[in-house]
Amino acid sequence: MPLEAVNDFVVKFANVNGSGSASANGMFAKAILRMGVPVAARNIFPSNIQGLPTWFEVRITEAGHLGRRGGVDLMVAMNPQTWDRDVAEIEPGGYLFYDSTKPLPAAKFRDDITVVGVPLTAMCNAAYQLPRERQLFKNIIYVGALAALLDIELAVIETLLAEQFAGKDRLIAANVAALHMGRDYVAENLTPLRLRVRRADKVGDRIYVEGNAAAALGAVYGGATVCAWYPITPSTSLAEAFTGYCEDLRIEPGTDKARYAIVQAEDEIASIGIVIGAGWNGARAFTATSGPGISLMTEFIGLSYFAEIPAVIFDVQRGGPSTGMPTRTQQADLLAAAYAGHGDSKHPLLLPADPGECFEMGGLAFDLADRLQTTIFVMLDLDIGMNEWLTKPFEWDDARKLDRGKVMTYDDLESGRDFGRYLEVDGDGIPYRTYPGTHPTKGGYFTRGTSRNPYARYSEEGSVYVGNMERLLRKFDTARSLVPAPIRRDAKRATRDGVIFFGSSTPAVHEALDDLEHRGLHLDALRVRAFPFPDEVFAFIAAHDRVFVIEQNRDGQLRSLLINEGDVDPSRLTAVLHYDGTPITARFIAGTVQGLMADRTPIHEAAE
Amino acid sequence: MTYITKPQLHHPLLKPNALGFTRRDYEGSVSTLCAGCGHDSISAAIIQACYELDLPPHRIAKLSGIGCSSKTPDYFLGNSHGFNTVHGRMPSVLTGANLANRDLIYLGVSGDGDSASIGLGQFAHSIRRGVNMLYIVENNGVYGLTKGQFSATSDKGSKSKKGVINHDAGIDLVSLALQMGATFVARSFSGDKAQLVPLIKAALSHRGAAFIDCVSPCVQFNNHAGSTKSYDYVREHNEAVNRMDVIPHRDTITVDYAPGETVPVTQHDGSVLQLHKLAEHYDPSDRVGALAYLQSRQALGEIVTGLLFLDPEARDLHENLGTVDAPLNSLTERELTPGAAALAKLNASLR
Ligand SMILES: Cc1ncc(C[n+]2csc(CCOP(=O)(O)OP(=O)(O)O)c2C)c(N)n1
Ligand code: SF4
Ligand SMILES: [Mg+2]
Repeated sequence: MPLEAVNDFVVKFANVNGSGSASANGMFAKAILRMGVPVAARNIFPSNIQGLPTWFEVRITEAGHLGRRGGVDLMVAMNPQTWDRDVAEIEPGGYLFYDSTKPLPAAKFRDDITVVGVPLTAMCNAAYQLPRERQLFKNIIYVGALAALLDIELAVIETLLAEQFAGKDRLIAANVAALHMGRDYVAENLTPLRLRVRRADKVGDRIYVEGNAAAALGAVYGGATVCAWYPITPSTSLAEAFTGYCEDLRIEPGTDKARYAIVQAEDEIASIGIVIGAGWNGARAFTATSGPGISLMTEFIGLSYFAEIPAVIFDVQRGGPSTGMPTRTQQADLLAAAYAGHGDSKHPLLLPADPGECFEMGGLAFDLADRLQTTIFVMLDLDIGMNEWLTKPFEWDDARKLDRGKVMTYDDLESGRDFGRYLEVDGDGIPYRTYPGTHPTKGGYFTRGTSRNPYARYSEEGSVYVGNMERLLRKFDTARSLVPAPIRRDAKRATRDGVIFFGSSTPAVHEALDDLEHRGLHLDALRVRAFPFPDEVFAFIAAHDRVFVIEQNRDGQLRSLLINEGDVDPSRLTAVLHYDGTPITARFIAGTVQGLMADRTPIHEAAE
Repeated sequence: MTYITKPQLHHPLLKPNALGFTRRDYEGSVSTLCAGCGHDSISAAIIQACYELDLPPHRIAKLSGIGCSSKTPDYFLGNSHGFNTVHGRMPSVLTGANLANRDLIYLGVSGDGDSASIGLGQFAHSIRRGVNMLYIVENNGVYGLTKGQFSATSDKGSKSKKGVINHDAGIDLVSLALQMGATFVARSFSGDKAQLVPLIKAALSHRGAAFIDCVSPCVQFNNHAGSTKSYDYVREHNEAVNRMDVIPHRDTITVDYAPGETVPVTQHDGSVLQLHKLAEHYDPSDRVGALAYLQSRQALGEIVTGLLFLDPEARDLHENLGTVDAPLNSLTERELTPGAAALAKLNASLR
C-alpha cells in the first residue's frame, strides 16, 4: 500500500554538491513553511566544494516535531552515484522521484515503492542551451513537479522567487517558467502522490534561522566588540554572520566608523589570544571555532581561568578529529571544553537547544564572562549551527543593561577602596578588576596565571596558591547559580525512570517521549542547559532509579561529566548514544530506550 | 632561579619631568634576573625613555610572553597594567588589548625564544597587521629561563657554553620585520644606552608596528668566547648606521648639526627625529635597500644597529579596520545594542 499522509512525512533530496540544488531545495522547504506547516530541514553535506554527494532532508510536520524522525517517505534521487543506497532508504510504501530521461533496468527499483519519473534532463536540454542553465533550471523544474505532486501552492513559490531575485525581473520570469514546466509535466502525465501538503496555521510568529546567525546576533546584542576567528566548518558562518550584522547595526552615525573590530587571525591560538587581550582590557570579545580549534586554544583557555579574564567561545561541534567529519554533527567536545587547560581548571558551558536559545545564550555569555571573569563556552553543533530551524522570534528588553561585573572605576580607587586583584571581597569567589589605564597611581597590577598573592604580587607560597585555588572553586560554585537552569518535563504518570539530554537532541527527545508514552512507557525528562550543573540536576538523578543520558557522541561525555561532578553512581546512568555524524532521530531514541527498558531490570529498587 | 636582591634603580637626578613624575615613578619591582643580565639594562632604558617622554605611566600597557626577558615588565612601570601571557603568544594578546582600547600605549616585551621559535608566527602576523605598538625582543641567542639551549636567533657556527656548535641557520628578526611590513625597525645593544634610549623614545612615539631587536647578552649561558651574542663580540662587531635624538613635538629644535649629516624626520605625533648618519650610504627610508644592506653586512659578521627603517606616514590596524575614535571598551549598551525595534525587523525578515 502506498504511504498516505497529510502534513506529516519526510522528503529527502539526494544531490551532487555544487550543482545549485541547495537554493531550490531551500525554497521547497520555505514554501511549505509559508503555507503555515512547520518543517525541519537538514543538510547532510560533504567536506568538498563540488562533485560529492549531498543530501537535504525536509520533514513536513504539522505536529511540530522539529527533530529528525528517521526514515524517508519520498526520495528525490538526483545523484546516480548514491542511487542504490538512496533507493534502499525509502520506507516500504514510499515514493521515489527520479530523472527518467535515461531508462534504468528494473533491478534498479523496488517493487514495494511508487516510482515517479520526470524526464528532467530531456526537458532541460530541449529548453536551454547553456550547460549552466540546464543545470540550474533542472532544480527549479523538479521543485515545480514536486509542488504539483504534493499539492504545494505554486503562488507561494512564485512569491519566494520574486523575493529572492527582487529587482531582476528577467531572472524571476525565467525561474517561474521553469517552475511551470515541472508543474505542467506532472499535470499532463502523472497523478499526485498520496503525500499531501495542506495549508495550516501552525507556524505562528516563529522565525526560520540558522543557529550560527542567531548566536552571532546574540553577540551583537550582548555587546561584543572584538571578534577574532579562524575559518573552520561548521563555525565559519557564525563569524561571517557577526560581520554582516555589525555592518548593518554597528556603524557610528555621522562618521560611518565601526563600533567593532573583527580580525581573521592566523590560527586559533592567535584568535583566542586576541580575545583574551581584549577581555583583559575591558572589551567584550569572542571567537567561534570547532573541536580542532579548541585543542589549539587550550593553553590560553587555561590561562583565562587562572588569570580570570573574560572570554566567550562559540564551539560549533562536529565529528572529530581534524581530518574527521568536518561537515557532520556531534556533541563531542563537552569534556574538552569543560576541562580545557592544564592544571586544575574548568569552565562554564551553555548548551542551547535551538537558534532561539543560541541568540539568548549568545547574549548572556558576555554578561556571564564579565561577571565571572572567565571563559564561557556556548556549545552549538553543526545541526543547530548550520541548519535553518523554526524557532521562537528573538526578543530583547530595551531596559536591559550589559552586566560588566566587578570593575573598580577611577572614583572607586580614588575614594580609597582597597583593591586586590585576586582578593576575595564578597564571599562569592569573584574579585574586583580594573581596566588598564584607569588611575595614575592606583589599581595597576601585573597579570599572571598564579604565583601571586591576592594583591597580584609575586609569590610562590604553597598556601597562597591553595587559597587562590579554593577561591576559584567558590567562584565556580557561584557560576552554578547564574547559568540557565535545567528544564524539566514530567511524565503523565509517576515514574522512577528518567532521561537527561541537551542541545540539538531536544526536539527528537520530546518526540520520542511522546512516542514512548503512547507505548505505555513513562519517563520524566530533564534538559540540561548549562555546566556547572545546578543542584536540580543531581536531585533529578537521585529521584529516579534509572536515568537514560541521551547524547550525540561515543563516550557519553555528558554522562561522564555528571558522574564526575556529582559523584553519581555510574550504574544509575545509562548511556543512549548516537554518533554516526547525522542528527539523532526520534525513532532511534524511542527504539533504544524501549529496548533498554525491556531488557534491564532496574538496579535500584523503588523501595530502596 | 636564584633570587638576587638588588637595590632599586636610583638615578642621581630625582628631578620631576613635565608631568611631575620622577624617574622612580617609572620603576617597578626589584629585578630577579642575574647580575649583569642585558635584560636589566633594557628595562633601565625603557624607564629612562618613558620618563624623558613625559608619558603617564598608567597609560602604558606592557605585555610579554614567557622567559627571563618576558619577566622584565614586572621590573619597570610599576603603576602600569602588565600581562605576562603564555610562551610565544604575547603578540596576539597585545593585538586584542590594542583593539579594546586604542588610546593606550602598547609595549610588548619578548625574548628570542619567545618570538623567533614558538612565537614566530604571531610575531610576523602582529607586524603585518600594523598593530600600533613597540615590540622589543631582548635577544640573547639562548633560552635563558630554561637554562641555555640554543634559540633560533643563534648564528650558524656559534658555540654554546657546553661547546656545541649550532648548525642551523639563524633567524634574523630585523629582516623578517622588514619583510612583514614593520613601519619602524631598529636594532640596538643593551650595552649601548645612548643609542637604545632614543630608539625606544622614537618607537614609542611611532604610530604603527615598531620593532626593536635588542641584542642583550645572557651572562649565565651565552657570554663566552665563540658566542656571537656576548658583550665582547657585540662590542667588536657593532656597526651603528646612525645615531638619533628625539625631540618631542612641543620642544623647539635647538641643536644645530652640520648640514648633510643630519636628517630630520617628523613622526605622526609631531615629534622630530634628528638622524645623524654614520654609514654614508645608509637610507632608513628605503625598505629594500635596508634588507640588502643588512644581508651584506651580516655575511661579514657585522651587527648593524641604529634606526634601520622608518615610514613616518604609517597606518595602523585601527585605521585599516575603520574603528571608531572612542576606545571600544568604553562603548555602552547605548552604542552597542541595536534594540528591540531593530530585532523586530530582523524577525520579520526571517519568516
Ligand atoms: C608552551 C611552553 N613551552 C615551553 C615553555 C618553557 N619555556 C619557558 S621560557 C622558554 C624560553 C625562553 O627563551 P627566550 O624567549 O629567549 O627568553 P630568555 O629567557 O632567553 O630571555 C621556554 C622554552 C613554556 N613556558 N611554555
Ligand atoms: S639566565 Fe641569562 S637571560 Fe636569564 S636572567 Fe640570567 S643572564 Fe639573564
Ligand atoms: Mg633568549
